Amino acid sequence: MITANPAPEAGQKPDPGLLPGRARPARRRRRQWLPYLLLLPVLLAELLIHIIPMLVGVGMSFLQLTQFYIRNWTEAPSAGLNNYRFALQFDQASGKALLHSFWTTVVFTVIVLALSWGLAMMAAVWTQRAFRGRGLVRTAFLVPYALPVFASVITWSFMLQRDNGVVNHVLVEQLGLLDDRPFWLIGDNSFIALVVVEVWRLWPFAFLALTAGMSAIPSEQYEAAALDGAGVFRQIRWVTLPNLRSVNQVLLLVLFLWTFNEFTVPYTFFGKSAPEQANLISMHIYQNSFVTWNFGAGSAMSVLLLLFLLLVTTAYLFLTRRRRDA
Amino acid sequence: MRLSRIGTAVVASTLAVGLAACGGGDDGGSSGEDVTLTYWASNQGTSLENDEEVLAPQLEKFTEETGIEVDLEVVPWSDLLNRILAATASGEGPDVLNIGNTWSASLQATGALTPFDDETMQTIGGADRFLAGSLSATGAPDQPPTAVPLYSLAYGLYYNKALFAEAGITEPPATWSEFIEVGKKLTNDRHWGLSIEGGSVTENIHHVFTFSQQQGGEFFDESGEPTFDTPENVAAIKQYIDLVQTDGIVNPSNAEYSDGTQALQDFASGKSAMLMWQAAAGSLAELGMNPDDIGVAPVPVLDPLPSGGKDVTSMVAGINLAVFDNSEHKEEALQFVEFMTSTETQTELNKTYGSLPSVEEAYSDEAFQTPAVETFRDILSNRAAPMPAVAEESQFETLIGTAVKNMLAEAVSGRPITEQAISEQLAAAQQQLGG
Repeated sequence: MITANPAPEAGQKPDPGLLPGRARPARRRRRQWLPYLLLLPVLLAELLIHIIPMLVGVGMSFLQLTQFYIRNWTEAPSAGLNNYRFALQFDQASGKALLHSFWTTVVFTVIVLALSWGLAMMAAVWTQRAFRGRGLVRTAFLVPYALPVFASVITWSFMLQRDNGVVNHVLVEQLGLLDDRPFWLIGDNSFIALVVVEVWRLWPFAFLALTAGMSAIPSEQYEAAALDGAGVFRQIRWVTLPNLRSVNQVLLLVLFLWTFNEFTVPYTFFGKSAPEQANLISMHIYQNSFVTWNFGAGSAMSVLLLLFLLLVTTAYLFLTRRRRDA
Repeated sequence: MRLSRIGTAVVASTLAVGLAACGGGDDGGSSGEDVTLTYWASNQGTSLENDEEVLAPQLEKFTEETGIEVDLEVVPWSDLLNRILAATASGEGPDVLNIGNTWSASLQATGALTPFDDETMQTIGGADRFLAGSLSATGAPDQPPTAVPLYSLAYGLYYNKALFAEAGITEPPATWSEFIEVGKKLTNDRHWGLSIEGGSVTENIHHVFTFSQQQGGEFFDESGEPTFDTPENVAAIKQYIDLVQTDGIVNPSNAEYSDGTQALQDFASGKSAMLMWQAAAGSLAELGMNPDDIGVAPVPVLDPLPSGGKDVTSMVAGINLAVFDNSEHKEEALQFVEFMTSTETQTELNKTYGSLPSVEEAYSDEAFQTPAVETFRDILSNRAAPMPAVAEESQFETLIGTAVKNMLAEAVSGRPITEQAISEQLAAAQQQLGG
């Protein structure tokens, strides 16, 4: 999951075409099947675990797959494009709900991404140079990532209860910042609560990736920058960030996809029906397929989500690739 | 590479179900002698372990009598429906299982449960043995039931006798206006009149259903078409939300109570004086409440009833027992159903769980001769209505229950909920049902 070594700069990349050329032609031919054989299990697994289920999901989205047919879903009648129409009729309640949930998720993702990355960057810069207890600090930072999601999120939901939660106790009784105990698990604040929990969950991963990336930056570059009179911020701007570019490219994409699809955290936090203000798209889809037993409509929404993410990812990779070539 | 991560958890799990369906088959039918039945029990006790302890002696007895082993799994409520759906899609499931009785018609529509036609019913002792009220919640009215009642329950109004005496109230409220009045009297800086589980989708829908019956409303007409957005249903939801919004007898914090224990705890610890709940006596005693303080009465009714309104104080609640149609040991499974609904087992289990027996005969046991049990038996026989027996029942519960939860959240955030807003929510829910 985590690449400790940042990808080599484009210029240094060894040309893979050269390597087989060193082997003698006869031997090469005999050996050619081996890589494919070794790849075979992975390909099969990939096919079984990802590709085929995804295709089945696409197929399901064209079926009228309700509880009448789940027992033998090959007999489910075709729904044509009805499931998509159901999801996308934005003048109706179902379409409005999907659109609302989509925008909630977009805003949620942008905020979580910015906060997680920002926090991780600060923490990684702070722990970049050795100091006493650095190992301890780094370990402490990684704790949220190591805890089981269920246990930690349930704990959060206890802490955020209105009457008995520790958060309100501190905010209202100890610090006196607020007069009235706010709700965190329902209503408008539920969005903020979900953002906080998600950032808490996610930022250690970003921290880990950035720390790994920074450990590969040669210290000479910092020394040279210091000699030229660059302060901490200019060092970050002109040495750290450029060196982290390839790490960041992957990191931001991964964080984006994870956050956009986040299901475990809101599901554990809110149970099977999230408040409207924090109804993320994956929860919405879950409600539409599992809770209301309409698997066709749920699949159609999943396919739409897949298309959207594919589009964003392709655009992102295209844009970042171009920048690097320039 | 990461692109493959794109599929959501939902897609993945939906598809896992699909793949499992391709698997098919079973570990093969065993010879008649050493049959092992798989039994999915719902969580009735204080914990999953508690259920295992309660059920173990009964299952041993069954094995002694018949030589059939039972492999017990207690499934938490949060998972039960999903597990049943997955089993239905894959054909790989338990032999015998518990279902919430409100799911009966929905699950009946899947065809995954064995129908109890007259002949099958005879093999387990006949339909007459069961409470008529509970039997009405075992499937759609015009089809053979696909389950039999196991534990019967109804909502009652629990009240704290000590707090009532303190406030000089001698009788539990019988009408809605008395209820509000008593609730206001009992709301002070130490406790609230009533506690509700306002974040719980199922609790919300059960209460709203009862109030809708009183208002003369229906959520589905006789042909099974949804009729959500009617003045009666709007009034029922308003009646419920107003407990927090205008009557002010419920702590606004109750709007976030969702784990099914918080309202109960508030009542047990004297933070609220009344509670609308099913079979709470056992849990309340366990939470340390003095049993002498616990009183129970029917949930109050509108007085006078609006035209068309029914004298209903509860939905027919309870747990049904069903046989999975793919079971390879149906005969043994039916033997087990007969055992579980026998007078003796019914007496033992319902005594422990504090629920009501589903068979008439069991009531002769003196454990069920208490005022509380008689109150509930009367509610269940005369003043309870089954939830709509339509295939879309689960969707209906989820959609309306969620809408009510969100409206309660709005109300406690200081944004008043009007009839207009309720009507819009109901119309939206009905459109989403149509998908």
